[in-house]
Amino acid sequence: MAEPVLAVDNLATHFFTRDGVVKSVDGVSFTVAPGEVLGLVGESGSGKSVTGFSIMGLIDPPGRIVSGSIRLKGEELVGRTEAEMRAVRGRSLAMIFQDPMMTLNPVLRIDTQMMEAVHAHEKVSEKAARDRAVQALAQVGIPSPEERLSAYPHQFSGGMRQRVAIAIALIHRPALIIADEPTTALDVTIQSQILAEVQKLCAESGTALVWITHDLAVVAGLADRVAVMYAGRIVEQGRVDDVLDRPLHPYTHGLIGSVPGEAMPGKRLAQIPGSTPSLGRLPPGCAFEPRCSRAVEACRAGAPPLAEGPQGRAYRCINPVPAEEAA
Amino acid sequence: MAAQELLRIEGISKRFVKPVDLAGRIANMMGASNREAVVHAVDGVDLSVAEGEVVALVGESGCGKSTLGRVIAGIHEPTEGHVFWRGQDIAMMDSAARQAFTLGAQMIFQDPMSSLNPRIRAGEIVGEAPRVHGLVDAAGQAEYVATLFRQVGLDPEYRRRFPHQFSGGQRARIGIARALAVKPKLLVCDESVAALDVSIQAQVLNLFMDLREALGLAYVFISHDLGVVRHISDRIFIMYLGRVIESGRTDEIFREPAHPYTRALLDNVPRLDARKRSFSTVKGEIPSPLNPPPGCHFHPRCPLAGPRCSVEVPRRTRLAEGRIVACHLADGGVAAAA
Ligand SMILES: Nc1ncnc2c1ncn2[C@@H]1O[C@H](COP(=O)(O)OP(=O)(O)OP(=O)(O)O)[C@@H](O)[C@H]1O
Ligand SMILES: Nc1ncnc2c1ncn2[C@@H]1O[C@H](COP(=O)(O)OP(=O)(O)OP(=O)(O)O)[C@@H](O)[C@H]1O
Ligand code: SF4
Ligand code: SF4
Ligand SMILES: [Mg+2]
Ligand SMILES: [Mg+2]
Repeated sequence: MAEPVLAVDNLATHFFTRDGVVKSVDGVSFTVAPGEVLGLVGESGSGKSVTGFSIMGLIDPPGRIVSGSIRLKGEELVGRTEAEMRAVRGRSLAMIFQDPMMTLNPVLRIDTQMMEAVHAHEKVSEKAARDRAVQALAQVGIPSPEERLSAYPHQFSGGMRQRVAIAIALIHRPALIIADEPTTALDVTIQSQILAEVQKLCAESGTALVWITHDLAVVAGLADRVAVMYAGRIVEQGRVDDVLDRPLHPYTHGLIGSVPGEAMPGKRLAQIPGSTPSLGRLPPGCAFEPRCSRAVEACRAGAPPLAEGPQGRAYRCINPVPAEEAA
Repeated sequence: MAAQELLRIEGISKRFVKPVDLAGRIANMMGASNREAVVHAVDGVDLSVAEGEVVALVGESGCGKSTLGRVIAGIHEPTEGHVFWRGQDIAMMDSAARQAFTLGAQMIFQDPMSSLNPRIRAGEIVGEAPRVHGLVDAAGQAEYVATLFRQVGLDPEYRRRFPHQFSGGQRARIGIARALAVKPKLLVCDESVAALDVSIQAQVLNLFMDLREALGLAYVFISHDLGVVRHISDRIFIMYLGRVIESGRTDEIFREPAHPYTRALLDNVPRLDARKRSFSTVKGEIPSPLNPPPGCHFHPRCPLAGPRCSVEVPRRTRLAEGRIVACHLADGGVAAAA
C-alpha cells in the first residue's frame, strides 16, 4: 500500500466548557492514501466537523487537541504553531465548507480573492496568478471563467459559489482536501455536477479527499472507504463495499436500514430508537448501548475494544451483527 | 380510484411582486430603470388528493413547491384558479364550511424550531388551537394533549418542557401533534424531515405512515429527496420553475420516467447500491424564476431539446390513465412547428 497522505492516530479533541468536558472526538484513527476518497459519516453532533477542524488546526479555545497524532505526508501537525499551520493550510491541506461563504469574502471580487489565494503560497506575477485563477475556475466547470472573474460572490448561485470555493481549495493542488458537507445544501442535479467534478479532479491529481456527510448514499457513490462515527468515535470502518454490504456494528446496520428508497416503498423503515446521546453524559460502556437492540451485559461494563480485520476493516462492538442479518 | 376526492385545485397560479430594493431605488434616482419584478412562483397547476392518499411535490429549490403547498393549505390566496374542498369551491364557502376547510387542511413546516414559539410550553403549543376552536374545553385539554403526545410517540410528561429542551426529532413530533390537534383530514408536510438525521427521519416517516393507517389522513408531501418520496407517496407531481412537468403514480414514474427532467432527476439520486459511480450530469444552472426561459422552461438544459422547445410551451399530454407529461416529445416532436 502507498504511504498514506494522512494518518490520524488516536486523536482526541475535547471542549472544556462551563458545563463540563465535551469529548467531541475521543480516540479517532484512520488513514487516507493518495487519490483515495474517505467518506466520514455519522449523525449530527457525532464529531465529524471537529475531526475535520482538528486536522486543519482550526480548533479554538475552549477546545483543544488533548492527545493523539495527525501526520500529513509523514509530518506531525499536532503541536504546530498557528503560523506554521498557516503555511500548510491552503498549500498542502485545504478545506471546503458546507457554506461557501466561510471561504469567500462577500465584499471582494472573485478575481481578487483567487489571486490572493495564489499569492499566499507562491511568488508569481499578477498575470500568472490570474491565469491560475482562470484555469482553476474552468476546472470546476464554471463557463466563461474570464468573464466571471470580475463578479462578486452574491452574483453567483449557491452551486456556483460552492464551485468557486472548491476552485480556491484546488489552486495549489493540495495533497489532501477535507470537504465538510459541501453539497448538502444544493439541489440534486447541481450536487451531481459537483460530485462529478470532484471525482475527476481527485483521480487526475492524486489528491486525497475526506468527504464529511450524513448521507450514506452520497458516500456509496463517491468514496473508496468509509468511516462511521458515533458519539466521538469511529465505530466501524472499511472499504465501502464491505461496510455497506456487510455492516458489523449495529449502528451502521441501523443507519443503512433507515435510508428510505432502499426498503420496500410503503413498508416501515428500520428505525434506530431513541436519540443521539449528549456527549457530556455518555454511558460508561458502549456509547450506543441505550439504543442498541443487540446489547448484552458486557456492553455496559467498558468501551468495546477495536477489532481489526483485513483491508483496513475495523469496528468497535462486542456483539456484532451476524452475516445472516446484515444483508 | 375508489377513494373519495378530498381536495382539488384547478389552474392555480401564484405570482409575487418583488419590489425594487434599496440599492435599486438609489440607482433609479441616478437614472437607472429598475422596475419591480414579478415571480411566477406557481403557474397553472391542476392537482387532486383523495382521502387517505399521499401525493408528493418534488423539484429543485425555488420551483414553487412551498408556495403551492401554502395555497393547498389555505395559507396563500391563489392569484388565479380555484381550490375545491370536498367538491366545494373555497371561494364560495359560507363561514362554517370555510372553518371546516381551515381546520381540515393543516401545514407542517420545514424547520420545527422556527415554527414553534420558544416561550410557550409544549403542552400549550399542542393544546391551544383545539381549545380556541372549541374542540375541547379547558377541563378536557390536559387529557386531550396527553393523548396526542402518545399518538406521536412523546411522553406526556414532556408537556411542561419548552421547545429548546427537545431533540430535533422530538420537535418534529410536537409540530405534528400540533397539526393533528384540530383533527385534520389533510396534512401538507413541507420538507418536514429534511433537517433530521436519517435515523430520526426514519422514526418520523414511520409515524406519518402509522397516522395514515390509524386516522385515514391524506398528505401532500413536499420534498426534494426522491428516496423519501418514493418510500412514502402514491402519486408524484414533479415541478420545474412553477409548472408541473410530469405527474403520475410513484411506481410508474420511477419505473419509466417520461420527461427528460424527471429522467435527469432520477439518474442523479444518490443510492446505496450505486457504488463508486460516475455521476451523470444535467448541464447548466437552474434558471432564475424571475426570468424563466421561454417555451419549455427546461430547454436550456435539456439534452433532447429541438427548435420547437424554445418557442412553444409544451401542452399537458396524457400518456395513460392518470399519467401526464408536459413535453413536446410526447406531443408531436421537437422539430419546428409548422
Ligand atoms: N466550540 C464548541 N464548544 C463546545 N462544544 C462543541 C464546540 N464545537 C463543537 N462542539 C460539540 O462537539 C460535538 C461534535 O460536533 P461536530 O460539529 O463535530 O458534529 P458533526 O458530526 O459535524 O455534526 P453535524 O452533522 O451536525 O455537522 C457536538 O456535540 C458539539 O456540540
Ligand atoms: N412571499 C414571497 N414573496 C416573493 N417571492 C416569493 C415569496 N415566496 C416565494 N417566492 C418566490 O417564489 C419562488 C418559489 O418559491 P418556493 O418557496 O415556493 O419554492 P420551493 O420549491 O419551496 O423551494 P425550496 O426547495 O428552496 O423550498 C421562488 O423564486 C421564491 O423566491
Ligand atoms: S458493543 Fe454492545 S451495545 Fe455496543 S453496539 Fe455492540 S452490541 Fe450494541
Ligand atoms: S419540451 Fe423540449 S426542451 Fe422541454 S423537456 Fe421536452 S424535449 Fe426537452
Ligand atoms: Mg458538522
Ligand atoms: Mg420550500
